[in-house]
Amino acid sequence: MGNSFFTPLSWNDTGFILTGVLNTVTISLVAIIVGTLLGLAVGFIRAEANRFTNILLGGVLDALRSVPLIIQLILFSTYVGAIGHPLDPFVTGSIVLSLYSMAFMSEVFRGGFESVHHSMATAARSLGMSYWQTVAYIRLPIGLRAVFPSWLGVALSVIKDSALVSVIGYMELLRTSEQLISRTQQPLEILIGVGLFYFIVSYPLSLYGRYIERKMAI
Amino acid sequence: MEYEFHWIIVFQKLPQLLNGAFVTLHVSVLSMLIGITIAVLLAIMKMSKARIVSLPATLWVEIARNTPALFQIYMAYFGLGAFGIHLSPYAAVLSALVFVNAGYLTETFRGGFQAIPKTQYSASKSLGMNSVQIYRYIILPQMFRRIYHPMTNQFVWSILMSSLGILVGMDELSGETQRLQSLSFRTLEFFIVAAVMYFLITKLVLFSAALIARRVFRGDL
Repeated sequence: MGNSFFTPLSWNDTGFILTGVLNTVTISLVAIIVGTLLGLAVGFIRAEANRFTNILLGGVLDALRSVPLIIQLILFSTYVGAIGHPLDPFVTGSIVLSLYSMAFMSEVFRGGFESVHHSMATAARSLGMSYWQTVAYIRLPIGLRAVFPSWLGVALSVIKDSALVSVIGYMELLRTSEQLISRTQQPLEILIGVGLFYFIVSYPLSLYGRYIERKMAI
Repeated sequence: MEYEFHWIIVFQKLPQLLNGAFVTLHVSVLSMLIGITIAVLLAIMKMSKARIVSLPATLWVEIARNTPALFQIYMAYFGLGAFGIHLSPYAAVLSALVFVNAGYLTETFRGGFQAIPKTQYSASKSLGMNSVQIYRYIILPQMFRRIYHPMTNQFVWSILMSSLGILVGMDELSGETQRLQSLSFRTLEFFIVAAVMYFLITKLVLFSAALIARRVFRGDL
């Protein structure tokens, strides 16, 4: 009381918070879907390509994994601004986050493709399947099943990493909460709420991943 | 539109950037050392049959693994203020990294410990070893071999995530880059150099870790 700068948290803020939640979910889904598709393609190429292509491709992917996401976000959004094509924070964030998750997912899928023994593909070919039939009916289903828990782990980390897109101005959950904090000066309540949201999304999925992993181990 | 690069300003500030890189390494190493210590305790707690002992450890691990690192840094920097605890940016980032490292490493240690078959204990005992000898010569060397790679990965993760210090005004590599670029507005140049530095730091860490592994494990890894 007596302080007119700060107004406490109220029900009117629900819409604002929900926008943040929705934006976090949207950008995470976009990054997971695009990252999975690109990662699948790149992982397949890496499993099939010769040494030279692999070193080249591996170098690029390595750079994506060895530079902090926050630096990549700032670099990309500054770059598109500097060359005169500034993009919407959502588009910038989606591109960077998708490429980042692609870098991790391609390794997962590469491992999946390589886990299917050569003799299986050879056997399929000897049954009269074409190369792409072997890929579609033998290597893909078996390989994907083997790496599902790892894939889920990467997907969960993408959801958590999506919080970083706030640096380039995308109004995801953490940024909306930050703005609410500076208005209400109630950091603890708001942050606990935010943490709970991530936890409720992430925890059941990580339990499921561990369950599948245990089931596959036996 | 073409962008003209000006690198001279960045190279003039290289000493400050290197200082920032040093702080990055400093905070990551410290967060690993403290994190490992806590993780050993948490792993022992988690393996306890008494729920009252294992539950706090489980809670720690699950919260650390299922919330974003940025959330944890905000919690340490803004959230603890509600309890009258005001941490410096360095302390906030350090405690958040310690929290996460401890959480992840607990599972690593527990997995490493449980991967060693119980029969090895009885075998060592029947050879006349006491429990200190069993741990010193049989259990711990094998455990260390199993947890070595996950531990290096966690260390690299700490280096990369300490970059979130930029958001609370810490003076590690990213924060320093941010401060320096705001003086000259050569944003792109500064962050490109920072990116290269992060890349080199992580490569250096992984390379040294591989060298150490080769010496310590003598090839049988």
